[in-house]
Amino acid sequence: MGLGFALGIYLPIAEISVNVFVLFFMGAAVGFLSGMFGVGGGFLITPLLIFYNIPPAVAVATGANQVIASSFSGALTHFKRGTLDVKLGSLLVVGGIAGAAVGIYVFVLLRELGQLDLIVSLLYVVFLSTVGGLMLYESLQAMRRTRAGQLSNLKKPGQHNWVHRLPFKMRFRASKIYVSIIPVLVLGGAIGFLSSIMGVGGGFIMVPAMIYLLKVPTNVVIGTSLYQIVFVTAFTTVMQATTNQSVDIVLAMLLMTGGVIGAQYGARIGQKLRGEQLRALLAMLVLAVGLRLAIELFVTPDDVYSISIALATRVAQ
Amino acid sequence: MNAPAAALILFIALTAGQYARAQQLPGNKETVEIGLSTDTIAITSGFRGTDLTVFGALDNADPLIQRQGRYDIVVILQGPERDFVVRRKDRFFGIWVNAESVSFQHIPASYSLASTRNLQDIATPKIFGQLSLGVNNIFYEPIPDGFGSSESLKEFTKEVPRLKLKQRLYNQRPGDVQFLSSTLFRATLSLPANVPVGKHIARAYLFRNGEFLRESSTSLNIVKAGLEFRIYRAANQYSLLYGLFAVFLAVVTGWMGRLVFRKD
Repeated sequence: MGLGFALGIYLPIAEISVNVFVLFFMGAAVGFLSGMFGVGGGFLITPLLIFYNIPPAVAVATGANQVIASSFSGALTHFKRGTLDVKLGSLLVVGGIAGAAVGIYVFVLLRELGQLDLIVSLLYVVFLSTVGGLMLYESLQAMRRTRAGQLSNLKKPGQHNWVHRLPFKMRFRASKIYVSIIPVLVLGGAIGFLSSIMGVGGGFIMVPAMIYLLKVPTNVVIGTSLYQIVFVTAFTTVMQATTNQSVDIVLAMLLMTGGVIGAQYGARIGQKLRGEQLRALLAMLVLAVGLRLAIELFVTPDDVYSISIALATRVAQ
Repeated sequence: MNAPAAALILFIALTAGQYARAQQLPGNKETVEIGLSTDTIAITSGFRGTDLTVFGALDNADPLIQRQGRYDIVVILQGPERDFVVRRKDRFFGIWVNAESVSFQHIPASYSLASTRNLQDIATPKIFGQLSLGVNNIFYEPIPDGFGSSESLKEFTKEVPRLKLKQRLYNQRPGDVQFLSSTLFRATLSLPANVPVGKHIARAYLFRNGEFLRESSTSLNIVKAGLEFRIYRAANQYSLLYGLFAVFLAVVTGWMGRLVFRKD
C-alpha cells in the first residue's frame, strides 16, 4: 500500500482491495448502534460485509472475530460489577463449543456443496426479519402505551414453565435459579451453532431466551451472555482459521477499531434518547438489511454459471 | 483493476554465436526459442495486472517464406493446474440456488496467449485441437461423478473457457506477436491482477504455411511478496497460531478500548 493510495488496502484473505475508511466507518456505525442498544452487532456486520462484496465465508469468519472485541470489554465490565454468573456462563460455553464444532462441520460441508452463500443469506433473512419484526412490534406497543399515559411495566415472567420440569437440576447462586442443565446446554449449543455459521455472537437470541426460558434475572443476563459470547466466538474464530482459513485479520482490525470507538459514543447517546423510538429505528434498520438480502435471493443473477477452485476433498473423515 | 502498471520486460538469453551460425538449410530446420531473463517474478499486493513481454528468436528461417509473411508464432503462458467446479444456478420456489455442478481436473488456472495473427488464419482448427492450443482447445477433463449426462458435461465444458475469459484469467491477443527483425520477435502477454502464484510455463509454437513445425518452452515462477501475502501465507501454513493471534488481537482491542475511554 503506497502513500498515494492510503485509502485503499488489500485484504489478504478476502483477496480484494477495499477502502479503509468505508470499513472503518462501517465498524464505527455498527459499534455505535451496538453501544446504543447493547447488542453485539455481529448480525449487522456480516450482511454489510457481504453487501460490500466480501466473500460470505470470509464475512462470517471475520464477523465472529470482531464480535470478541466488543463482547470482551463488556464482559469485563459486568465481571467487575458482579453482574455475571460464571457458573451458568461456563455451562453455556460448554454447550456453545459443542454447537460451534457442529456448526463448523456443517459450514465446511456447505462450502464444498457450493451452498454456503445461499444458506448464510437464508438464515440472515429469517433471523433479521423475525427479530426486526418483533422489535418493531414491541416498540410500537410501548409507544402506544406511553401515549395512552400508562406506565410501561414489563410483564413479569410467569412462575414456572415446562423448562422447570426437566431433570438434572443445578443451582446457580448468582442468578438465584434452580434449573435443569438440559435447556442451558441446548441453548448454548444453538447459539454456538449460529455463531459459527452466521458469524454472530448471538446475544439477540440469548438474552430473550435466558429471560423467558431460564428465568434468569435481567441484571445478570447481559453479563452472562457476553461471557458466553467471548468464549464461543473465540473458539469459532480459531476453528474457522484452522479449517477454512477464512479469518481476515486486516479486515477484523479495521472493523474492531471502528467498532470500539463507535460503541463508546453510542452508549453515551443511547442514555439520552428515548428508548421506544430508538428501538423502532433499529428494528427498521434490521428489517431493511434483511429485505435487501431477501431481494438478492430472488433477483436473476447476471450469470447463472460460476467457476471456483474445487476444495481439497477431505478424506480424513 | 485498470490501473496502469509498468510492463515487466523479460529479455531473452540469446548468445551471439547462435546468430553467427544461422544459415540457409533445406527442410524443416527452422527453430524457435524463447528465453526469460529471470525465472521468478515477485508480485506485490498492489498489483493490478500488467503486460508481460517475452522476446524470442526464429532461427534458420527461409527468407522467401519470411518475406511472404508465412511464418506464424503463437506464445502462451500457462498457470499451474488446479481442479475447478462449474456450477449452474436454477430457480427453486423463486430463489436462485446452485443446482447442477461438474468438476474438472488439471485445468490451467490462468492462460494467456499471443499470436502473430488470428488463430483461424494461422492453421486449421484440427491442428490447434491436436496441440491443445487456444482457450477453446485446452482439454477440459471432467471428473466423472456418475451423475452428469453427456449433454450436461458438454454444456458445462463449454462454460469453462467462457467463465475464465470473463474473469480475465484467460485471454487471447491475436496480433501481439510481432517480428522486430527477420529473426527476433516480441510477444506481449497479459498477467491479470488475480494471476495465480506458482509455476507458469511459457511456450512458443512455430507454424509455417499453416503447418506446425515445433515448439519450445521455458518456465517462470510467480510468487507474491509483501506484508499482505505474508499474512495470507501465515493463515494457510500456521492456521492455528494465526487463529489464536486473531483472538488475541480482538481481546487486546476490546481491552484497549476500555482503557482509553474510561478516563472521561
